[in-house]
Amino acid sequence: MSQTDIDAAIATTRFGLGARPGEIAEAARNPRGYLKGQIRRQGADIFKTDGENTNQRLAEFEAYRRERAMARTAAPAPTPAADAKPAMMDAKPAPDDAVKAARQFIRQNTAGDMLGRVQLATDTDAGFRERWALFWANHFTVSAIKVQTATLVGPFENEAIRPNVFGRFADLLGAAETHPAMLLYLDQAQSVGPNSRAAQVRRRGVGLNENLAREILELHTVGVDGGYAQADVTEFARALTGISIAGPRDAGVEGVVFRAQTHEPGERTVMGVRYAEGGREQAGAVLGDLAAKPQTARFVCTKIARHFVADDPPPALVARLEKTWTSSKGDLARVAETLVGAPEAWAPRPAKFKTPYEFVISSYRALGQEPRGLGQVNAALNGLGQRPFGAPSPKGWPDEAGPWAASDALVKRMQFAQALGASLGPRVQDPVAFANQTLGARLSPASATAISRAESRPEAVALLLMTPEFQRR
Amino acid sequence: MNAPMLSRRAFAAAGLALPFLARVADAAVPANKKFVVIICRGGMDGLSVAAPVGDPDYAALRGGLALGDTALKLDGTFALNPALANVHKLALAGEARIAPAVATPDRARSHFEAQDVLETGAAGVYATTSGWLNRSVQAMSAAGKIEAISVGPTAPLILRGPAPAASWSPGRGVDTAARLPMLLQDLYKDDPLLGPALARGLITETMARDSGATDDAMGGGMRAGAAQGAEAARALGEALAGFLKAPGGPQLAAVSLDGFDTHANQAGLLSVRLTALDALVDGLHTGLGPAWKDTVVLAVTEFGRTARVNGTGGTDHGTGSTALILGGGLKTGGIVGDWPTLKRQALFEDRDVYPALDLRALEKGLLAEHMGLDRRMLDTAVFPDSEGVRPLLGLV
Repeated sequence: MSQTDIDAAIATTRFGLGARPGEIAEAARNPRGYLKGQIRRQGADIFKTDGENTNQRLAEFEAYRRERAMARTAAPAPTPAADAKPAMMDAKPAPDDAVKAARQFIRQNTAGDMLGRVQLATDTDAGFRERWALFWANHFTVSAIKVQTATLVGPFENEAIRPNVFGRFADLLGAAETHPAMLLYLDQAQSVGPNSRAAQVRRRGVGLNENLAREILELHTVGVDGGYAQADVTEFARALTGISIAGPRDAGVEGVVFRAQTHEPGERTVMGVRYAEGGREQAGAVLGDLAAKPQTARFVCTKIARHFVADDPPPALVARLEKTWTSSKGDLARVAETLVGAPEAWAPRPAKFKTPYEFVISSYRALGQEPRGLGQVNAALNGLGQRPFGAPSPKGWPDEAGPWAASDALVKRMQFAQALGASLGPRVQDPVAFANQTLGARLSPASATAISRAESRPEAVALLLMTPEFQRR
Repeated sequence: MNAPMLSRRAFAAAGLALPFLARVADAAVPANKKFVVIICRGGMDGLSVAAPVGDPDYAALRGGLALGDTALKLDGTFALNPALANVHKLALAGEARIAPAVATPDRARSHFEAQDVLETGAAGVYATTSGWLNRSVQAMSAAGKIEAISVGPTAPLILRGPAPAASWSPGRGVDTAARLPMLLQDLYKDDPLLGPALARGLITETMARDSGATDDAMGGGMRAGAAQGAEAARALGEALAGFLKAPGGPQLAAVSLDGFDTHANQAGLLSVRLTALDALVDGLHTGLGPAWKDTVVLAVTEFGRTARVNGTGGTDHGTGSTALILGGGLKTGGIVGDWPTLKRQALFEDRDVYPALDLRALEKGLLAEHMGLDRRMLDTAVFPDSEGVRPLLGLV
């Protein structure tokens, strides 16, 4: 077995999303070149949706909200907690059919987006590019757990994340933080400067919300040890005031707006830097400075290394990525190239345990199939604790084995493998060849023997999907 | 059923010590004390869990979020959120108490840092990678008498670590004696992560079936994923009770509820979450039956929220919050720890409820008195470098 064979298996499974039939052979021609060829300036692929953009989805949600308000006035059976219902959980039937239909519509939108995203991942020839996009979508998590943002997660990813993942980090950061989905998810849209004109007029019930400011610092840029204090969070939140979303009263305007009347007037100081009053530009200046901080390079490069290589990433790899990040001023295409070229990233031992999403996607890829509907995918992801688009917090999904390798989860992975083996396994002609084209040089002799001794094709497929080497990457 | 055969096989294949199975055969070891930790993630607003309605500054600080006449009175100062009706019933029976101003030692107001400190039990952030409940297992299993379980699809940090801990979440039952699990156990025999995990998963499935904790048995009320709905939460509580009271069942357990991060429109959001918490407690209480008297349940969160309402009908990240202590064997008494009041000069950094009680003191006290852990282990192993935090005694 040659080094190239081993590298081809690593390229498709560790960097990519798992090998499709024939992919390892293709990668074996030049494993590193195979990956570098997937990096492109125009960004990651856009997944298929019903074609609606964020503004259309916002308008639909606004219509739903009106319907619901009307239904409540008509039949005062208040469900004060309706807002709190996670969008994809079964909700109690609303008192009015129109509301029910609207809610159904929201759920269908979100599910349709997810199906498009899953199919892109199972079908793409550029698995590394897609994994890179998924990493950034998780870094800038917007979760469908909040009903207001449920239908926006898909458009957010397609509009703000995917076009920017091979550009400059500062641009990606700007696009993500000022997208309507993020403004709603982290409560920025309602935040009002305490000394703004709007607050002077309506004294009660309006004010600052520091959620977005804190999470930008802690999760998206410098990290929790990045050297900021509560005062920096509050000052940054003040700078962000005014950035909001057009509402029903903003005739002729859509999407993100800057409301000077809710912006906190005056100079701000964030992490020791003074920012002159400058309306919308003030927050932009803070974001630009945060993107350029060395703490941000350190924090984000560590996350990249952790995602791609090991829960406890090799310091030499982090240093390498950081160096490129700094010298290229956060050019993410250059950082991706450095990752591919780093010897630490090609260690033969697979140190990463697949997340449920990665496990499910790679299973379909191994079989060369795309799921036609979400039924089996949703059941598996819900059962394994990774609800589609439903990260539990702005921190996104964990990237380490600890949370995912629960004993219950192994049983549920086995059930998924069994079900997929039963439905798609009969199409597999030669189980041993199937195992080889899926894992290549990574297939262990013990696994190969077990698969060759399987009593049926479905059992062989289930076994392959559950081998220690398929569970890892 | 083929369960015993599977169990032996699982045991052998994974090379595992599984005390709770061994005890099925050895009923002479008494293992009746149970300790359950409910983690309310997102920063639960203590002032809405147990509202200090009698505190003179409460109404002004809380504005539109202040609880009115519907709050469930506990004493002259405190009243529970109306969503906590079952907890209130237990409180009136002397089986639930509140600790209204607790906090971990962490002060960063970051969810993730604070949850890390809450679950590792360390004095500072990212100081250790295992959870304090896992180390409690270790501290006790020298005597070979303890096992632990988490309920939910992922493994919470509080139970991660070197001691074996099972996890379970609702789903279709699995035929644990079928060919595939057998083949996999052979394939995993040298795998330090997957081998033990699958073996415990299969054993837990067997236990779930034997104790009736299956989706069908619970009327289909359980759904995989987060237990947010009240019915799902109640079913989860009942299922966990089934594990705890099974012969040789686990004595330590952890379960998480999400969604307590209420930056906007807090009243409605929180009402749903607290209803789920209340249902979970009720499911545990009714499910445990007579075993409730030997059980202590502790509901905690990573931090409280700002004393003042923010600009969006919610509250931002704060410090002191409320813990709930429940169980059939609690001693009666008032609030646990001091109430620092909401006077402006008493607020922490002029914004949060003052952290008057270190959460570790409460946890150490319960582990010492209820589970019998010794002080030295608590000070050094379970809660590292915590000699200065005296266990709060006298609760059970």
